[in-house]
Amino acid sequence: MSGAWRILHKDLVLELRTREALSGLVVLMLLILLTFTFALAPEGAAAAAPAVQWVTFVFAGLMAVQRAFLVERENGAWYGLLLCPIDRGAIFVAKMASNVIVLGAAQVVLLALLALFLGVPVPVAPLALVLVNLLGLIGFSALATLFAAISVRLRAREMMLPLLVLPLLVPLVICAVEASRITMAGGTLASAGAWVRVLATFDVIFSVAGWMVFEQLVQE
Amino acid sequence: MSVHRRLAPFADRVLPWAATGAMFAALWSVFLYVPNERTMGPVQRIFYFHVNCWWAAYLGFFVAAGASGWYLWRGRSEHDWLARAAVEVGMLFCTIGLVTGPIWARPIWGTWWTWDPRLTMAVILWTIFSVYLVLRSSVRDDPEITRYAAVLAVVGVLDIPLIMISVRLWRGIHPSVISAPASKGGLEDPRMVVALLVTMVAFALLFAWLLWLRYEGLRLRDALHRVEDQMGEVAR
Repeated sequence: MSGAWRILHKDLVLELRTREALSGLVVLMLLILLTFTFALAPEGAAAAAPAVQWVTFVFAGLMAVQRAFLVERENGAWYGLLLCPIDRGAIFVAKMASNVIVLGAAQVVLLALLALFLGVPVPVAPLALVLVNLLGLIGFSALATLFAAISVRLRAREMMLPLLVLPLLVPLVICAVEASRITMAGGTLASAGAWVRVLATFDVIFSVAGWMVFEQLVQE
Repeated sequence: MSVHRRLAPFADRVLPWAATGAMFAALWSVFLYVPNERTMGPVQRIFYFHVNCWWAAYLGFFVAAGASGWYLWRGRSEHDWLARAAVEVGMLFCTIGLVTGPIWARPIWGTWWTWDPRLTMAVILWTIFSVYLVLRSSVRDDPEITRYAAVLAVVGVLDIPLIMISVRLWRGIHPSVISAPASKGGLEDPRMVVALLVTMVAFALLFAWLLWLRYEGLRLRDALHRVEDQMGEVAR
C-alpha cells in the first residue's frame, strides 16, 4: 500500500503545482452546465437538476480521467511506473484515488454552480446528499480509471473511452440521478435506500474488479 | 487441444445436419403445429424465435465472459478465440432479438419501443458488446487489444446484474403507460410448450454450430498469420 501512497502523493503534488486538471475540469463543467441551461426551459430547470448534474459530471469526468494516464506517457514516465517494485494493483488504487480527489473537488464546485444557475434549494439533510455524491464519485472513478488505462493505449482514444465506459455506467447514472433527486428534495438516506444500495454495490464490485484485473491489463 | 480434437468430428459432421434438421422441425412446429394464441393471434408465433434468441444471446455473453476470464488468467489463445466467437454469435442473436421484439410489440403494445426494464436491458447489453466488436475490429490480433477485450467482456457481464436491478427499480418508480407484459407468458395450450421446447433445441444446436464455425475461423486465421510470418522471415 505504501507504493500506492507514493504514486498518489506524486499525482497530487503535480496537480497542486500545475492545477491543470482541476482548472480545466471546472471550466468544462461550467460550460456543459451553461449549455444545459440554454437548452432547458427555465420553469423545468430545477426539476432537471439531478440529471443535469450527473450528465455534466460524467462527460467532464471522462476527460479528466483520460488525462491522469496521458500525463504518464510523457518522457516514458509510464515505464518508470511499471518498473517500480510494487504490485501493479497499487497503480490502479493510486490513480483511482487521485481521480476521486480531483473529481470530488470539481463536484463541490459543480453543486454550487447548480444551486446558483438552476435554483436548487439547499437540502435539509446535506449529509445524505454528500454521501450519494461520494458513492457516485467512487463508482465512476473505479470504472473510468480502469478503462482509461485501456483507451490511452488505443489510437482513437478520445472516442474509445466514452464508448467503453458509458454503457457500463448506466446503472450508476440511473441510481445516482434518482438518489440525488430524492436527497436534493430534502429526503433522508433511508428514503433513497434502494438506490444507495445499488450504488454501493457498484462501487465495491468495480473497485475490486479494477484492482484485480489491472495486473493483467498492463503487462508489457 | 485434445478437447478440440475430440469435438471436431462431431462438430464438423453431425452438428450441421442436426441444426438444420432441428430448424426445419422448429419451423414446422411454429407455423403448422402450434395453434393461434387466443388474444394475440398469429403475431404471437414470433415468441418462439424471439425468446430463444435472447437465451442464446445471454448464453453467448456468459460463455464469452468465462472464456475471457480464463484467458486473462492463463493467457491461452484458445480461450480468446472462444470468447470472441461467443461474443460474435451472441451479438447476432441479440440483434435478431432486438429486431423481432418491436415487430411483436407494434401490434400488441401499440408501439415499437417502450422503456420496459427488459427492453432497456437489451439495448444496453447490445451497446456493451458492440463496443467489444469495435475494439476488436483490427485485422491482426494485437495481444494488448486481446487483453483489453477480455477485460471488457468480464466487466460487461459483471455489470449485468447491476443493470438488471437498477432498470427494474427505475421503471418501478415510473410506471409504463402501456400494459405490462404480464399478458405475454401463460402458454395455456400444451402444444405451445412442445413448440417452445422444439425451437429451444433448434436454437441451442444453431448456437453451438455457429460458435464452432467462428471458433474454427479464428483458429485457422491465426494459423495463417503464423505461416505468413514465417514466409516473411524466409523472404528476408
